[in-house]
Amino acid sequence: MADKDKAVKKRKVPLSPKRRAQTRREFIRSSVMAAGVLGCSLLGFLPVVQGRSLRLRPPGAIKAPLDEEEFLAACIKCGQCVQVCPVEAIKLSDLDEGFGVGTPYIQARDQACDFSCDGLQCVLACPTGALTHELDFPADARMGFARLAAPSKCLALQGKGFKGQARGPDFEGILRYSEIDRWNPIPVADHPYDLEICDLCVRQCPIEMRITECAADEAKQQQSDQPLVAKKIGHECPPKHAIRLEPVASSGGTAKMKPVILDGCVGCGVCEMICPPEPPAIVIDIRVNTDTV
Amino acid sequence: MSYILESLRVMLGGAPRKPQPGDIPIEIKTIYKDKREEGLTKEDLLAAEEAHRGTGRHHRWLWRRWTTLVIVNILFVISYHFDVQLVEGALTASRVLGFHMADLNSALQVMLAYKHVVLNLVIGTSTVFVLWLLLGGRTFCSWVCPYHLVAEWAEHIHLWLAKKKIVKDHALNRRIRVVLYVLFALLALVSGYTVFETVSPTGILSRALIYGPGIALVWVGVLLLIEIFYSRRAWCRYMCPIGLTYGAVGLFSPVRVKYNVEACHHEGDCRKVCMVPHVLDVTIRGRALAMNTDIGSDCTRCGLCVDICPTHSLNFEVKGLSKFL
Repeated sequence: MADKDKAVKKRKVPLSPKRRAQTRREFIRSSVMAAGVLGCSLLGFLPVVQGRSLRLRPPGAIKAPLDEEEFLAACIKCGQCVQVCPVEAIKLSDLDEGFGVGTPYIQARDQACDFSCDGLQCVLACPTGALTHELDFPADARMGFARLAAPSKCLALQGKGFKGQARGPDFEGILRYSEIDRWNPIPVADHPYDLEICDLCVRQCPIEMRITECAADEAKQQQSDQPLVAKKIGHECPPKHAIRLEPVASSGGTAKMKPVILDGCVGCGVCEMICPPEPPAIVIDIRVNTDTV
Repeated sequence: MSYILESLRVMLGGAPRKPQPGDIPIEIKTIYKDKREEGLTKEDLLAAEEAHRGTGRHHRWLWRRWTTLVIVNILFVISYHFDVQLVEGALTASRVLGFHMADLNSALQVMLAYKHVVLNLVIGTSTVFVLWLLLGGRTFCSWVCPYHLVAEWAEHIHLWLAKKKIVKDHALNRRIRVVLYVLFALLALVSGYTVFETVSPTGILSRALIYGPGIALVWVGVLLLIEIFYSRRAWCRYMCPIGLTYGAVGLFSPVRVKYNVEACHHEGDCRKVCMVPHVLDVTIRGRALAMNTDIGSDCTRCGLCVDICPTHSLNFEVKGLSKFL
């Protein structure tokens, strides 16, 4: 009993000066550490405010131009979209992009999204809806909008053709060439071209290619008396053209052509990837899309 | 019920209760008294430890755990690099054989920031919730989290340097984890960004393993340096909100470590190896209120205490199943 009284009494005794100093020091270093962690995490806001985290995102990334807040909020930074992409176009951002760390982006010049997967695998893989399930076909994507940024570099505008590997022998990017292999993309370096006038941006545009395929399907359908096998739904066949070459008035003997970007462009970046000159004549503007341009 | 409340109180930063001598039942008092009369000397204790080491069982759970942790993380890596689709994604969210999984804390951040929850995320979060409810909650920390493993190695360096009196462990107040948790949740809600993910070493390391290293690893390095030179296991012990999230799940989990007071030497080896030693305060002489006590849910179920205990006073248990095991 005496023990118990002593214990109770002891607890009521105020802390010794030494113990008090210890507690105070612990409080100070705990606060500093917590503030440090919080401060470091908030540094992630800087690149976002400065717009340095703005990137070409995979199809379906929810965003208003110039505002990626919703996308950065919804993305759980898991990289499942990276894993399903057949052309490995998707990369993950690093810590220099602050709150954007771990979010997917596409470096179109190195490897653009050519919709090889047809079914928008990245959108299907996304667990949080950061890549919104609201789009069904490539033509519904709004990634950006192509722009002829350096007309002086454009081979077609100079009336030049193109012969050889579009991006040289060491280029590692791959594309799907339906006429070679419908299912497996091959290196661009393995597919040399020989063109009288360079039309690579039009020729390789996934939207244009799909329109051509659809037209061929339809022609075949009309020729045969067979009943319709499968009806095309939604925008499976893109409703609008994305890019075409238009002749420009020229004084010389050579025909000069200019790539003109049309309403159907979704900003996938294949034109930027395939354009032979360095830097490319055509690039993707991520701040606009066909609805806002 | 008292287990849940007391466990929660201690997890939120409260000090473990010191019972008054009058609170201890007579049979437990007798055990303490008998032990005092037995009067084990330092030599006796050392001999007991030596004998225990001789059994070769003193790293049993450590190896099981490290193997599990490495296998889980390697599964992520090989699934991607060899396209075998066993575990796609990273620790923040994944698909295991096609089933959605979402880390509870990452999912919480996304939900608070985005304010919109798609069905896949609900499925993924619920699956993971049930999984860790069955497996022990913070079991995630010690059996899966890659940062836990590197921090464990850094801890060995810290302890070695501390033994040589080169560094000193600076304890922090455990309440800062609660403060950080609330602030990170509020920041996600108000700012609309998943602020915590920027500094989450779990997410950073998991992505670095799978998708290749980046400058984000510098942050992980900074945390490890702090843990080696300043404060032992600072991140996991005092700061990580993921630990608190899984700790809350663990409150209701049947998988716990059970302490039996009868044979305990109270020499405190378990508290020396424990990452969250406050949960083991019951092993101090005069603290136990019953023959068996369940260790609180801040425990990561890492098994280091089970391994090191020379008297088998600490053991894993599955509540309600122990009878059958």
